[in-house]
Amino acid sequence: MPRPTRALALQTLLALALAALAYGAFANASDKLARQGIVAGFGFLGRAAGFDISQRLIPYAAATSTYLDAFCVGLLNTLLVSGLAIVLASAIGFVVGIARLSPNWLARTLAATYVEALRNLPLLLQLLVWYVAVRVALPEARDPAAWGGAYLSQRGLVLPRPEFLGAAWLVPLAFATGLLGAFAWGRHVTRRVAAGGEPGPVLLPGLALGLGLPALASAGLALAGRPVAFAWPVPGPYGPEGGLPVLPEFAALLLGLSTYTAAFIAEIVRAGLASVARGQGEAAAALGLSRARTLRLVTIPQAMRVIVPPLTSQYLNITKNSSLAVLIGYPDLVHVVMGTVLNQTNQAVEVVGLTMAVYLTLSLGLAALMNAYNRRVAPVTR
Amino acid sequence: MSVVRETLLPPAPPPRRTGGALGWLRQNLFSGPGNTLTTLAILAALALLLPPVVRFLVTDAVWSGASGEACRPEVAGRPVGACWAFIGAKINYLVYGSYPAAERWRPNLFFALVAASAAWMLWLDAPRRGLGALFVFLAGPVLSYGLLSGSSVLGLVPVATSLWGGMLVTLVVSLVGIVAALPLGILLALGRRSDLPILRYACIGFIEFWRGVPLITVLFMANVMLPLFLPGDITVDRLVRPLVGIALFASAYMAEVVRGGLQAIPEGQGRAALALGLTRAQAMRLIVLPQALKVVVPGIVNTLIGLFKDTTLVSIVGIADFIRVLEAARADPRWSAPTIPATAYAFAALFYLAFCFSMARYAGFVERRLAAGERGRS
Repeated sequence: MPRPTRALALQTLLALALAALAYGAFANASDKLARQGIVAGFGFLGRAAGFDISQRLIPYAAATSTYLDAFCVGLLNTLLVSGLAIVLASAIGFVVGIARLSPNWLARTLAATYVEALRNLPLLLQLLVWYVAVRVALPEARDPAAWGGAYLSQRGLVLPRPEFLGAAWLVPLAFATGLLGAFAWGRHVTRRVAAGGEPGPVLLPGLALGLGLPALASAGLALAGRPVAFAWPVPGPYGPEGGLPVLPEFAALLLGLSTYTAAFIAEIVRAGLASVARGQGEAAAALGLSRARTLRLVTIPQAMRVIVPPLTSQYLNITKNSSLAVLIGYPDLVHVVMGTVLNQTNQAVEVVGLTMAVYLTLSLGLAALMNAYNRRVAPVTR
Repeated sequence: MSVVRETLLPPAPPPRRTGGALGWLRQNLFSGPGNTLTTLAILAALALLLPPVVRFLVTDAVWSGASGEACRPEVAGRPVGACWAFIGAKINYLVYGSYPAAERWRPNLFFALVAASAAWMLWLDAPRRGLGALFVFLAGPVLSYGLLSGSSVLGLVPVATSLWGGMLVTLVVSLVGIVAALPLGILLALGRRSDLPILRYACIGFIEFWRGVPLITVLFMANVMLPLFLPGDITVDRLVRPLVGIALFASAYMAEVVRGGLQAIPEGQGRAALALGLTRAQAMRLIVLPQALKVVVPGIVNTLIGLFKDTTLVSIVGIADFIRVLEAARADPRWSAPTIPATAYAFAALFYLAFCFSMARYAGFVERRLAAGERGRS
């Protein structure tokens, strides 16, 4: 048989086999579901959920909310813990990765120990350690440890909650304006240097804008006699009451995810820094730049090209690994939808499909975003 | 620019001694004020943190006792660290789960078999490695299944999989994962590089799907959907469901590792083979694939480490793996004492660290060996 004909025959056969497999699975599943009396389709999402969720970012009540609301609550909880863990893991990872190349032997060894220990232990075990062993060592809820208005106990952390009443919304607005201003200033300086102008300070004006504006706004409000109110937690007979409670499940998951992934990020950062030619750092030192400025202005910008692609997959891993929440009972997407909703409705195909679709969308979306960034920072080859 | 100096610097003093212990200290720990400060800060932190850890693990630990009483500070009359007596009392449960005591020689034989085949595969200069691979991927799994689950034909008492547990199940899950994932991953990688569009897109879709979803959702899916998709009243063993999920999940990651290896082999290798008159299949099997697989040994071992850590997730879907057995042992009221959780987790950490760290070391060794080979060739 000539090659093109054979290729065509092979592919037709493959397509037929895949279609047959899919049809067989579909027929079996719909047959069994019909026998169990389950109506296929996403109609169940509109029914009342009737179960409570311990942490919610949007209004949700067991009696009135639907399964769709529960799905949204779970999704937001997943996004919250993943987003915070991404920030925290990047911070720890960069510090440890840079420490692994430190001239100080102790810092180097300590960073290497951190990486080897955290990387070679299952995340699930680390979550158990944070959630069970560390929590046992904390004071009981009746007698919490207090730091300046915040309380820490076995039932989690309780923070003072800022109340955005009256004109207090000016403070977050000032913060957002400050951030935008700092970003614009950074771009302006970069452009000026690129055009042959004088370099100027970026970090200090940026910090001043980002932190100074909200501070100014809250000081102004206080002077006007309408300061930003805080709902302070007060110790009660069964534990601190009021304020902004942080669930122990959330704290354990956030800490476990961040410290675990930071070990991988540290290795990525180390490899990235090591990939920058030695002469770059030596030339910067010869020009009189300090080690910190060499890192910040010469080495790290060049290393970022190597760091970004694997860093992306670590961020995706954080999002996917946050599903281990189901182990310790943090109400993330998997816990709420694949746990409770699945048990209550038995709509296995729809529930599994929906959950997987969310993760696939997040994965592919973030991958596309990072690829776009990657194209921008990719080295220009001439 | 202002960084250019305009005046001459005074001559620097001669460099200080760099040899000897003192020189090493000066270079690595006290080379400047910032460095000295870092050293002192780290030393202070270590002095604060290390003694409690050593006290917990060794000095204050309880090494023998018949029940949790021995590990209670008010009974022992001193501060109590790790309760190693608990691990000692539970060790058989932690290794075999509920496997019948009279039949424990079978898991032991299985462990020996695994150790021998692992040594055969990991020792790169071992004789007849092809035969070893044939054993590991074909005869080994069948033999192990017969040995562990038993059957009246073999003259072995049948042991239901629901009785298996502990390190035995952790090992079984990881091995099934790797033994299924490697061949499947190679096929997927070849399919992804094929020039038949339908085959290629089917493989890409398969690989990206499993890589895009968390393993825990895969395990849930295997648990609830696998029985739905199968015809009639076929029931799937509780242990087999997560195994199918893990095998498919791991094969997608393995495929990407193998693809990296295939891409690293220069195209000239395959073309030269074709020019010598080999068919495309022969060229792949005899020329390209052996070289590609040699390059990806570190990658395969790293995937294996990830797989070994990921097997802990089967405990969430109700399989009695090492972690689940450990949690069950921890809940035993006879052994309730304040330090039991920390003891259990310290033991689990040592177990996983021992396996994963040695595998990581092995991967590093192969990588260095490969790099040395590359240098020698050019």
